[in-house]
Amino acid sequence: MCTLEQRGRVFVLTLTGDDEHRLSHALIASIRSSVASVAAAAASAGPGTALVTVGEGRFFSNGLDNIWAGTSRERLQGLVDALSPLAADLFALPMPTIAAITGHAAAGGFLLALCHDYRIMRGDRGVLYMSEVDIGLPLPPYFVSVLRSKITAANALRDVTLRGRKLKAAEAKEMGIVDAVCPGPAETAAEAIKLAEQLAARKWDGNVYASIRMSIFPEACRSIGIVEESDEEKRKHFASRL
Amino acid sequence: MEPNNLCTVERRGRVHVITLTGAGEHRLGPALLGAIRSAVAASAGAGALVLAAEGKFFSNGFDQAWARTVPLHLQATMEDAFRALVADLLALPVPTVAAVTGHAAAAGCALALAHDAVFMRASRGFLYMSEADAGIKIIDFFAEIMREKVPDAVVRRDLLLRGDRMPAAEAVRRGMVDVAVEGGVDDVVNAAVGEAEKLAARGWDGDVVVEIRKAAWPKLWSKVKDYGGAGTPAVATPRL
Repeated sequence: MCTLEQRGRVFVLTLTGDDEHRLSHALIASIRSSVASVAAAAASAGPGTALVTVGEGRFFSNGLDNIWAGTSRERLQGLVDALSPLAADLFALPMPTIAAITGHAAAGGFLLALCHDYRIMRGDRGVLYMSEVDIGLPLPPYFVSVLRSKITAANALRDVTLRGRKLKAAEAKEMGIVDAVCPGPAETAAEAIKLAEQLAARKWDGNVYASIRMSIFPEACRSIGIVEESDEEKRKHFASRL
Repeated sequence: MEPNNLCTVERRGRVHVITLTGAGEHRLGPALLGAIRSAVAASAGAGALVLAAEGKFFSNGFDQAWARTVPLHLQATMEDAFRALVADLLALPVPTVAAVTGHAAAAGCALALAHDAVFMRASRGFLYMSEADAGIKIIDFFAEIMREKVPDAVVRRDLLLRGDRMPAAEAVRRGMVDVAVEGGVDDVVNAAVGEAEKLAARGWDGDVVVEIRKAAWPKLWSKVKDYGGAGTPAVATPRL
């Protein structure tokens, strides 16, 4: 399902196997467990860590496990509800996060990539695709919040959500959705790890980093159930560091 | 106009020019913030306002040295004074132009962005949100300035989460600054004053300018309006 390794200051979470990495309850739980390990390890590792999430095979993730859900609205809603806490884990993670998009990322899979701070994508194959409009499903409210937070150009947001546009890496980069394009999956993973190392080398205090991230995206955080620290608590933190 | 030792004011045509004086970092402590607020209040009758600075810095942010000398509950006065200044600028019935003549970091960067237009020196100086590097969390009102004035998610991330130091040319390209001005401090100020004159010449109804500005940045206005703006005195007048 997924593996976690630590390479120096960089944690690498890999979605394993050459399948679609459909976000089932099992995979979501597995990823959450890995992310929780990363957060715990960061606490003892001290300032200066980073996370890279990468996929094996042709897919980063093809989204929620619609196949298992079938026609059951209950099952589908259950999956939607299960993904939200994972989004929260990532938005609250005390370190920079990078999605190495090594294959297709559709619907919930695209959302998972957007929950990271940076996105590096292979340019030779694979698309980013918010498929809901094409398959006749409304977007869950927190999906919209995250999309609106991360894709701020109005026409880009429209193309992604209302046109169901399938974005190759180069187009996504032009639209500000992807930060860098690499020739193939190996280069994508390598570039992501390199960026992770550069960001880790800045030695940011993880809690401060996460706090700043959450203050940049308050609506997305609210939509996935994160309660931001109060200004009062932030001021106390500032005072304690003077 | 009487200069104080923190900032000077002068009129150039219809433009009220406030200059943060001296070669220092123009750290925004309560004293300097109070002086700037007084200077802003003295702009009555002008057609536009320019805020500029002498030396290498526009402003390097809050006065943390001052904050170290006071207990926690008094540190809020610096933050409150900054909020009040932003409110004053938002509620000012004339167009405002920041002449970023040098480095603008943290609160200094936010102060520049609180103006209607931003001119910046091309050859030296950068915008820098230093909080991530300094290990300081960003309170909601600061985040709001950045959310409203830097709407692009990627630029905001690079500035706030990566602590990018952004020189003028890049800031213009990324939509944070209006014009990068070649030359020295005086050239930047002259260019900003030129723009301010053009804006003043439009002869806009001041009340309308204020209402439109508050409507353009509604969340920011809501977070500062109780601290300053029209109706709140810039300086406490002694009653004895």
